[in-house]
Amino acid sequence: MSDNIEQDQEVDLEEQQVLDAIAVELPGFSRDVHQLLPVLQKIQHTHGYLPRDSMVMVAAHFAVAAAKVFGIATFYNQFRFNPPGRHPIKVCLGTACHVKGGEIILENFTRRLGIEEGETTQDREYSLERVACVGCCALAPVVVVGEKIESYVTPSKVEGVITEIEIQNEIAEREKAKDEQQSDSE
Amino acid sequence: MSSNPTPNEILSELTQAAEKQWQALQNPAVPVIYVGHATCGRAAGSQETIDGFKDALEEKGLEAEIITVGCLGHCYAEPLVTIHYPGFPPLMYQKVGAGEARVLVNSFIQGGEDPCFEYLLGALEPNDTFPTLMDYPRYLYEKRVIMDQCGLIDPHSLDHYLAVGGYQSLAKVLEKGDKWVVEEIKSAHLRGRGGAGFPAGIKWDIARQAEKTPKVVICNGDEGDPGAYMDRTLMESNPHQVLEGLAIAALAIGASRAVLYIRAEYPLAVSTIEQAIAAAKECNLLGDRILGTDFSLEVSVFQGSGAFVCGEETALIQSIQGNRGMPRYRPPYPAVEGLDGLPTVINNVKTLSTVPAIVRKGSHWFRNIGTEKTPGTAIFSVVGDVEYAGLVEVPMGVSLEHLIFEVCGGIKDGKPFKAVQIGGPSGGCLPESELSTPIDFDSLRQAGAMMGSGGMVVMNDETCMVEVARYFIDFTQHESCGKCTFCRVGTRHLLEILKGLTKGEGSDDDIAELQTLGEEIIKGSLCSLGKTAPNPVLTTLRFFKDEYLAHYREHRCPALMCRDLIAYYIDLETCARGCDACVACCPTEAIFTTSNRKKAIDQEKCVKCGECVYACPPEYDAVRKVSPPEMVPDQGIKPLDKEEEENNE
Ligand SMILES: Cc1cc2nc3c(=O)[nH]c(=O)nc-3n(C[C@H](O)[C@H](O)[C@H](O)COP(=O)(O)O)c2cc1C
Ligand code: SF4
Ligand code: SF4
Ligand code: FES
Repeated sequence: MSDNIEQDQEVDLEEQQVLDAIAVELPGFSRDVHQLLPVLQKIQHTHGYLPRDSMVMVAAHFAVAAAKVFGIATFYNQFRFNPPGRHPIKVCLGTACHVKGGEIILENFTRRLGIEEGETTQDREYSLERVACVGCCALAPVVVVGEKIESYVTPSKVEGVITEIEIQNEIAEREKAKDEQQSDSE
Repeated sequence: MSSNPTPNEILSELTQAAEKQWQALQNPAVPVIYVGHATCGRAAGSQETIDGFKDALEEKGLEAEIITVGCLGHCYAEPLVTIHYPGFPPLMYQKVGAGEARVLVNSFIQGGEDPCFEYLLGALEPNDTFPTLMDYPRYLYEKRVIMDQCGLIDPHSLDHYLAVGGYQSLAKVLEKGDKWVVEEIKSAHLRGRGGAGFPAGIKWDIARQAEKTPKVVICNGDEGDPGAYMDRTLMESNPHQVLEGLAIAALAIGASRAVLYIRAEYPLAVSTIEQAIAAAKECNLLGDRILGTDFSLEVSVFQGSGAFVCGEETALIQSIQGNRGMPRYRPPYPAVEGLDGLPTVINNVKTLSTVPAIVRKGSHWFRNIGTEKTPGTAIFSVVGDVEYAGLVEVPMGVSLEHLIFEVCGGIKDGKPFKAVQIGGPSGGCLPESELSTPIDFDSLRQAGAMMGSGGMVVMNDETCMVEVARYFIDFTQHESCGKCTFCRVGTRHLLEILKGLTKGEGSDDDIAELQTLGEEIIKGSLCSLGKTAPNPVLTTLRFFKDEYLAHYREHRCPALMCRDLIAYYIDLETCARGCDACVACCPTEAIFTTSNRKKAIDQEKCVKCGECVYACPPEYDAVRKVSPPEMVPDQGIKPLDKEEEENNE
C-alpha cells in the first residue's frame, strides 16, 4: 500500500517535470491554429504522452477553449494520456494481422504483462496498445516493440519478446554495476 | 546559349552528374550490395542483415559498397538483397539474414567463386547462367509503371531518381504549360487511385478554373485501410516520384502550396519524404522559382493522427485546420472550396505517382494499358494465406483468379481457397464463384466489393466469414465519426448481432435484421464510410449464408475459428509419449501429462490460442480442433496428482 503512494508521488513529480518542460517549449511553437495537431504531436513525441494540464496549456497558447483541445486529442487514436512504459508494445490488429491471429497475440501480452491494452505496468517497464495496420501486412501478425517491428509473431514468440527485453535489462544493469564498481575503485 | 536557360537545360546539367554516378554503379569496381530497407524489410530483419554484411566484410578485410533501397514488393522473400559483383549480372537473394549475409561474403563476395544458388531469387538482367526474375510468373504478368523503380534505387538519393529520368516530366510541363498537362491527364483518363476512381484531369480542371487564389494541392497518404500498404511503399521507395507528381499537379492548377498528409503510423515514410523535399529544394526542383521559372511551390508534411475517417477528403481538411476530422456534405467540393476555403485538389499517393509516367510517355501510351474505362495499372497488396504475399502491379482488368493464383502463387500450403476480402472496410468478401471478376472500379462494385485502395486479404477455409464481418463492423463502428445516426447507432446494432452469432447466439430474425439494417445504413449516411460500412456484412451474407446459419442453428463454426464455438484436444492414438513440445508452448499450462505419459488438455484452463497445434511435431500431428466444443471425446483422463507424477519420473 505504502508502495503505491510512493509510486503515485513519483508519478506526480515526474508529471510536474514534464509540464515544466512543456511550459518552456510552448512559446517556441507557432500560434497558427493549423499547428494545433502538430504541436500536440510534438509534445507527445518528446514526452511520450499528453498530461491533462498540458492540453490546458496548449489551449491557452492557441487561445481556444480547453474543451476543443480535449475534443481533438480524444478524437484521434494517436494520442495517449498516461505515460508509456519504457518498452511500449503495440499489437497490430489490421485485417491481415487479425486473420492471422493478432487478437490472440494481444491476449497473450495482456496475460503475460498483467495489464489491459491502453495500460502501463506498475514498474513502468511496459505499456500495451493496439494499432491499426503498420503496413507490413505480408509479414502478419506484426507487433511493434519500441521502434522495432517484429514479424510473423506467434503466441510463443510473445514470451520470447519479453524475455529478450529482460535479458537486455539484466545486461545493462550488470554493465552499470561494473561501471560503478570501477569508478568507486578509482 | 541564351542568358536565361530553360528548365530542361537546368535539369540536364543536374542529370548529367547523376548519370555519371549511376553509370559507375552499373559497372562497379567493387561489389555493390543493395539491401531492401523499407518498413517491411526492417520488420523482416534487414538491419541485422546489413550488420551481418558489415561485420563479415570487415573481418575479411573486403571492400564493398552497401546501398539501402526500398521495397520491391516481394515481401514474402524479405530480407531481400541484390549483389552486383563485378563481372556478374546483379543477383537477387531472398531471406538473407545475418547468417546468410556472412555466407554470401565468404563464398561470393570474396573471390566471386560460389554465387550461392540456394538463396538466389533470380538475376535482374538476362544472362546465360542464371534464371532472371522476369522468368517468374510474378514478373511476367506484372506491368510495372508506378513501382518500376521501387526496390532498385536508393530513395534517399535524388541522384538515383534523376539518373532514371526523374523530374524530366516536371521540366516538360514547365515548358508546355498548365493547360497542356490538364488536357494530357484528362485524355489519359487517369482515375483517382484513392478509392472512388474520380477522373484526376477533371478534378484538376475544376480547380484550375476556380477563381480564388492561392490554391492548394494535397497528397493523401493517410492509407487508412488496414491490410493495404502500397502508399507507404511508394513513399518509402520512390519519394521523388510522388513529389514530382505533386509538383505537376500544383503547376496544373496554379497552386503555390502543397501538403503531404501522411499517417503517423508510418514514421519511415514521413522521414523519407521530408528528406526528399529538402533534397529537391536544394536543387531548385521544389521551393522558390523552380528550375528558373516563376513557378514556386511551398511543400510541407502534415502527420495524420490515426483516425480512419480522416482519409476522407473533407475530414482530412478539417484535421489540417486543427479540428476534429468530421466529414462535411459535398458540394461544394474541395476543388472549389477546400483547405481554408481555397480551391484544393486532393489526390492519392498512387494517382500522383502515375502522373510523371503519363507526362513522359503520353496519354496514348497510358490508355493502351488496362481497360477502356479504367486505363493504367493497379497496385494491390495481396496478403493473407497466399503463397507469395506482397505488392503486385498489374494492368487494370485482369481477373482476381489470375492475380491470386498465377501472379501470387495460389493458396499457401495447398489449402483450399475460400474468399478474398477486397477494398478494406468498404469492400466485401468474394467467393470462388466470383474469381473471374475483372479488377477495376466498376466491375468490383458490381460484384458487391470495392476497389478501395487495393488491399486484398486472401483467406483459406480456416477463416470464418461471420468473424470477418464482425471484425470490419467493429472497425467501422469504432472509426465512425458519429455525425450520422445510422452510421453511429446502426453499425453498433450490426455489431451486437454479429458478436452474438460468433458466440452461437441468434435467430432467423437477426439475419433478416442484418440485411435490412445494412441497406438502411447505406441510404442514411453522409460520407462513404457509413455508405459502405455494411458491405462486408452484405457480401458475406450473400455468398456465405450457410456459415451464418451454422453458427446459431448448430452452434458450430465451420471454419473452426470462432473461439466460443471451438475446442482443442489431443488425440491419444497419435500423441507421442514423452514429446513435451505442446506442454512447453502452452501459455496457460493447460496441457498435462496422463498416466501413460501422453498429453491431454484441461479445457478449463485452455484459452484456445492454437499454439499447441503448431508445436506438435508434424510427424505426430496429434492436436485436434473441433466445433462445437462438445465434440471433444471423453477420454476419461485427469491430471496426475503429485505423487503419481513423481512415481512416473
Ligand atoms: C472513410 C473514407 C476514407 C478514405 N481514406 C482514404 C485514404 O486513406 N487515402 C486516400 O487516398 N483516399 C481515401 N479516401 C478517398 C478520399 O476521400 C479522396 O477521394 C481521395 O483521396 C481522392 O484522391 P484520388 O482522386 O486520387 O483517388 C477515403 C474516403 C472515405 C470516405
Ligand atoms: S457516415 Fe459515419 S463516418 Fe461518415 S459522416 Fe456519417 S457518421 Fe461520420
Ligand atoms: S490451445 Fe493454447 S491454451 Fe489451449 S492447450 Fe493449446 S497451447 Fe494451451
Ligand atoms: S494488418 Fe497488421 S501490418 Fe497491416
